[in-house]
Amino acid sequence: MRKRHEFSPRRFWAIVVKEFIQMRRDRLTFLMMLSMPLMQLILFGYAINSDPRHLPAGVLMGDHGPQARTLLHAIGNSSYFTFVRELDTEQEGRAAIARGEIQFLISIPENFTRDLLRGDRPTLLIEADGTDPAAIGNAVSTSRLLLNSAMRHDFQGPLGYLSGGPDPIDLRIQTLYNPEGITRYNIVPGLMGVVLTMTMIMITGLGITRERERGTMENLLSMPAHPAEVLIGKIIPYILLGYIQVGLILGTAYGLFHVPMMGSLALLLAAAFVFIIANLAMGITFSTLAKNQLQAVQMAYFFFLPSIMLSGFMFPFRGMPRWAQCLGEVLPLTHFLRITRGIMLKGNGLPEVWPQLWPIMLFAALVLVIGVKRYRQTLD
Amino acid sequence: MADELAINVHGMTKRFGDLTAVDHVDLVVRAGEICGFLGPNGSGKTTFIRMLCGLLRADEGSGTCLGYDVTTESETIKRHVGYMTQRFSFWDDLSIAENLDFVARMYFIKNRRPAVRETIERLGLAERRNQLAGQLSGGWKQRLALAACMIHQPRLLLLDEPTAGVDPKARREFWEEIHRLAGEGLTFLIATHYMDEAERCHRLAFILKGRLLAHGMMGEVIGQARLTTWSVSGPDLLKLAERLRGNPAVEQAVPFGNMLHVSSPDAAALERAIAPFHTKPYEWHRIDSGLEDVFIHFMDQSKDNVSL
Ligand SMILES: Nc1ncnc2c1ncn2[C@@H]1O[C@H](COP(=O)(O)OP(=O)(O)OP(=O)(O)O)[C@@H](O)[C@H]1O
Ligand SMILES: [Mg+2]
Repeated sequence: MRKRHEFSPRRFWAIVVKEFIQMRRDRLTFLMMLSMPLMQLILFGYAINSDPRHLPAGVLMGDHGPQARTLLHAIGNSSYFTFVRELDTEQEGRAAIARGEIQFLISIPENFTRDLLRGDRPTLLIEADGTDPAAIGNAVSTSRLLLNSAMRHDFQGPLGYLSGGPDPIDLRIQTLYNPEGITRYNIVPGLMGVVLTMTMIMITGLGITRERERGTMENLLSMPAHPAEVLIGKIIPYILLGYIQVGLILGTAYGLFHVPMMGSLALLLAAAFVFIIANLAMGITFSTLAKNQLQAVQMAYFFFLPSIMLSGFMFPFRGMPRWAQCLGEVLPLTHFLRITRGIMLKGNGLPEVWPQLWPIMLFAALVLVIGVKRYRQTLD
Repeated sequence: MADELAINVHGMTKRFGDLTAVDHVDLVVRAGEICGFLGPNGSGKTTFIRMLCGLLRADEGSGTCLGYDVTTESETIKRHVGYMTQRFSFWDDLSIAENLDFVARMYFIKNRRPAVRETIERLGLAERRNQLAGQLSGGWKQRLALAACMIHQPRLLLLDEPTAGVDPKARREFWEEIHRLAGEGLTFLIATHYMDEAERCHRLAFILKGRLLAHGMMGEVIGQARLTTWSVSGPDLLKLAERLRGNPAVEQAVPFGNMLHVSSPDAAALERAIAPFHTKPYEWHRIDSGLEDVFIHFMDQSKDNVSL
């Protein structure tokens, strides 16, 4: 019915230039956007602890004897661990941790049963993903108790000789990636995503509504502009602002909190690009839905709260109920948190990052399509 | 070319809930004409203009603007029409030059920079080109807006009270410019509340409560009112006016300088009403009704209709 015109790169650029100038002129907002990351870094300096359970664990079965089985059973029955898969090699196990598929790798060495019966105190190695120390802390501390009570049952009757003396099993717990369990290591990379979500959505959420409230929308609409030109043109300048924030946070993380950077900075910046776009797209779409600036701000909060609660930033993701995890999986922040922690603390590369990256891309694309569809080309 | 219709719409209607802001308005304007669009506050002028350039969807009605369908081709119409909004709608936080530059980019103006520079110079704002538009005085904002909506050389200009708050000299220059451009074939639809401006238009449309009351060339519109007007001069005209207004046969008695214009649609009744005052020192002359007399007549007439 309504004849649509093609997207024009020239008009698109005109809008980018205009938005860029306006962004630069709005000094106060600009300064707020820059001080926000710093303020947040200080505010969130300390973690909120909680006691997540059913953490995914993998097992390397070097031995299939009865005592090894008892042990696995005991670990599996405890509410802290859930076995998700059995692995064949050490490398495979490490890779699964890197991808975030499992948080623990339990290795039962070869000849475990034989050594145990001989009283040779075989080693049981539990490797834990330390990027989120709050999540694994309790599971680690209970595992020793768990083992002893499980074995006591077996060590009656003929095996009674093992129950006295030192622990029959030499339990070793090794925390990977963040051996000292420094919470800041978890918080600071996460904060990058939180700050970006908050500021990017808020600032573009005002984009269209501000034009409406100032009356400039009437002028803009009387020009031959395609909705996509306006919407995408409006978000471009803020990508730059987003990157300044990323720089500030990474600089602080490195300089002040000494958070390591294990992986590739370039990969992190590339992932940040996708994440920034997703949030800007969300914001601009809100602004096409909102009737005024206040509504737009409310929508931004409406999105921001679940993002911060359900993404695994505030509370360990695995500690949340199933439905909350499902919701969390939809949010870009959830995936971006895994990406930043993965790259900075685990040194993940593209293969590990990709499964978290495409959901963000999909989110951005969907949201932008909704925005373009919702953009009203008339005043009524 | 001269016979081409720049605006040719029929039955244009816009409703906002229960309110019919524009009610089946027909308007025909030839290319190269200046059409004055008159009507009291809230009569639907802005709403009608917005429908023409595709900013509001018409609930009913059809027609063409520059030959393009107003309901389906509004994107094309936008490229050839300049619309000046009633309220200043350029960006306060962009400078004069930046605003013009943005508009020029949006319309793919060739030689953009020279075009912008020339516009600024013609406006006489060369020294203030980097001043923020929001800091301009009201009249200068109007002049900037007007220049900006002409930068892409539109063939039809829809101007919503373009000279509100503009000083007399600038207004005169504005109208001279309008007439020059109309001579080149541009068409204008100009909403205004100023009678002297209305008198400078080729064609007039008078709208009231969303309905078109009169439409046509200047003389036709005045003729449609069938108004008889007398002018009277003499002492103490205010007292005279008061006494005349008390007579129902007198529709208006309006002071114009040291004269009083007395008019009514009923010529015979008016003559009877003024007969008692046809004495010295009063001097009566039958004159042609002015546009303002007609304008007020239309407004009064509709008041009567409503009370009926
Ligand atoms: N968006 C809207 N929603 C609801 N009502 C509206 C809207 N826009 C205009 N109106 C109403 O439509 C009527 C016509 O308004 P419009 O602005 O077209 O009048 P106008 O002739 O331009 O008046 P003025 O001379 O004061 O500019 C008014 O009663 C106004 O309140
Ligand atoms: Mg108006």
